[in-house]
Amino acid sequence: MILNASGCLDALTAPDVARALDAFVTKTVTPLPREGNPPVRIAETEVGMLNSIGLANPGIDRFLDDVLPRLLAVGPAVWVSVGGFAAEEYAGLCARLDRTEAAVLELNLSCPNVAAPEDEATAIVRVARAVTDKPLYAKLAPGLPDLPSVAEAAAAAGADGLSLVNTIRGLALDPETLRPRLGTTSGGLSGPALRPVALAAVHAAYRATGLPIVGMGGVETGAHALDLIAAGASAVALGTVLFADPGAPARVREELRAEATRRGFQRPAAARGVAHAGVASTADADSTEAGRVGLKV
Amino acid sequence: MSLSPRRVAVVAIESVGPYALVRLQRGGLEPGIPGQFFMLRPRGLLLPRPMSLCLAPPGELAFLVDPIGRGSRALAGLEAGEGVDILGPLGNGFGLDVERPLLVGGGIGVAPFPYLSERLGGPPAILGFRTAEHAEAATLVPNAEVVLEPAYVTEAFVPGHDVLACGPEPMLETVRGLAPDAQLAWEAPMACGYGACYGCAVEIDGRLARLCVEGPVLGGHAQVPGTGTRLQGAVA
Repeated sequence: MILNASGCLDALTAPDVARALDAFVTKTVTPLPREGNPPVRIAETEVGMLNSIGLANPGIDRFLDDVLPRLLAVGPAVWVSVGGFAAEEYAGLCARLDRTEAAVLELNLSCPNVAAPEDEATAIVRVARAVTDKPLYAKLAPGLPDLPSVAEAAAAAGADGLSLVNTIRGLALDPETLRPRLGTTSGGLSGPALRPVALAAVHAAYRATGLPIVGMGGVETGAHALDLIAAGASAVALGTVLFADPGAPARVREELRAEATRRGFQRPAAARGVAHAGVASTADADSTEAGRVGLKV
Repeated sequence: MSLSPRRVAVVAIESVGPYALVRLQRGGLEPGIPGQFFMLRPRGLLLPRPMSLCLAPPGELAFLVDPIGRGSRALAGLEAGEGVDILGPLGNGFGLDVERPLLVGGGIGVAPFPYLSERLGGPPAILGFRTAEHAEAATLVPNAEVVLEPAYVTEAFVPGHDVLACGPEPMLETVRGLAPDAQLAWEAPMACGYGACYGCAVEIDGRLARLCVEGPVLGGHAQVPGTGTRLQGAVA
C-alpha cells in the first residue's frame, strides 16, 4: 500500500525505513552505469524541490550481481525501476530481470533529466511485455498532452499498472546572480507543488483504464494519500517527504488509516475512486494486479 | 541511531560576527564524532539543511550557521523556544587517533572545529577569513592563528602535522597538495543526509559515492572532483 517513489530511498543505507514500506522501489537501473548529472543537483524552492540527479546508477550488470541480492535480503518486495534510451534497451533490461526475484518491473518512461522517450511509451511496454511475465507498471510523465490516451495505449500494450506521476520540469534561479541554481539548468520538480498535478493524472488515468495505480506526488500526510486513493490510486508512494522525514512511512500509514476511518471507510482501499462521483468504479483493489503482487490496502 | 527526526527547542541564537550560533536542546541525541553532521529543519522549510556540530555543551547541541540563503537564514532567524526537527549524527567524522594534529579551516568551514578542538585537547589551528568580522568565529577555537584575505591559510601552513581541514573546495585542494595524508571535510548539497537523495553523489576514487554516506570527512588521497561549492549556499 505504501511504497517509496523511485530514486527517493536506498534500502541498503536505510533498511529500517525500507522495512516500514509494503514494497521498495529501486532507483532506476539503466543498461550501462551512469554517474548522473554535474552538481549542483538539488535546490529547494518555495513550492517544492528541484533535482537533476540524472539516473545515477551502477548499471544492470553490477545491479544484478551486487545490488539486487542485498536489496532482496532487506525484506520487503522489490520493485525494480528500469530506464533506457530505446525500446530495445528496456526489453534487454526486463529480460534479464525476468529471471530474478523482483516483484514488479516499473518502466520509467518519464525521467525529466534524461532524454524522454514519451513517444515510444507504447512500444516500450509492448517489447517489455514480450520478454517478461512479471507485473509491469508504466511510469508516466504528468505533462503528457493526452495522459488518458497514453495510459490506455500502455494498458493495451500489456501494462499491468501505472505509476503516476514522475516529476515535472522546473527551473530555479539564484536570487543574487539570476543564474540557474542547478548544474543542468532545469530539473524535476517534486514536493507540494506536484500534489494537484498528481491527483489530476491519477483521476484521469483511473477513469480511462481502471488499472492499478501507484499514486505519488507531494504526499506528506495521510490526508494527501487518501486524496490519491479517492482519485483512483490503489497504492501510494512517498518521495520528497522521505528526505525530511525518514519516519514518514509509518506516520503516513497511521494517518491514512485514521483519515479513512474518520470518513466512515472500513479501510483506506474502500475509498478508492470515490472522487469519481456517479462514475462506476472500474476496478477493485483486491482483485487487481495490486492484490496479485501482495499489496493489501 | 534512529532514522527518525526529533523536534527540539531552540535554547538561544548568538551572533558570532556575521555568523549565528544556533543552540538547541540536545533532546537525548548523541553529539557524535567531530565532523559528523545533523540535518536541521525549521518550520516552513521543505528540506532540512546539513550542519556539522560546532559545540556540544551539556544538554545542548550548537551549530554555527552562515545566513546566506533561505534555509540558513531561517535557522539563524529562529527564536528561543521555537521547535526544530533534527536528525543525526550522520556521516563519518574526523579520525581522532592523530599524534600532532593541526586544524586548518576557512570561513564557515571552521564550524566543526570548536568541538573537534575540544576532543583533541586544544591543538593549534590556522583559520582563514574574508574579513575581521568573520574572524570573530575564531574566538570559538582555542590556539587559533587567524589569517585574513588576501592571505590564505595555506601560506601559514606548518609541515610535520596531522592535518584536519574543512573549508572551501580550493582550500582543500591546496591543503591536499601540501599534506597528502590530511583528513578533509568536504561539502556538497544534500536533501536527506542519509543516502536517499543522491544530491551529494560525487566521484570518489573513480566510483560514484554519496558524500553523506562515505564522507563528509575523507582521507586526502580520495579524489573528489566537483563537489560543488558551498553546501549552505547551494541548498540554502
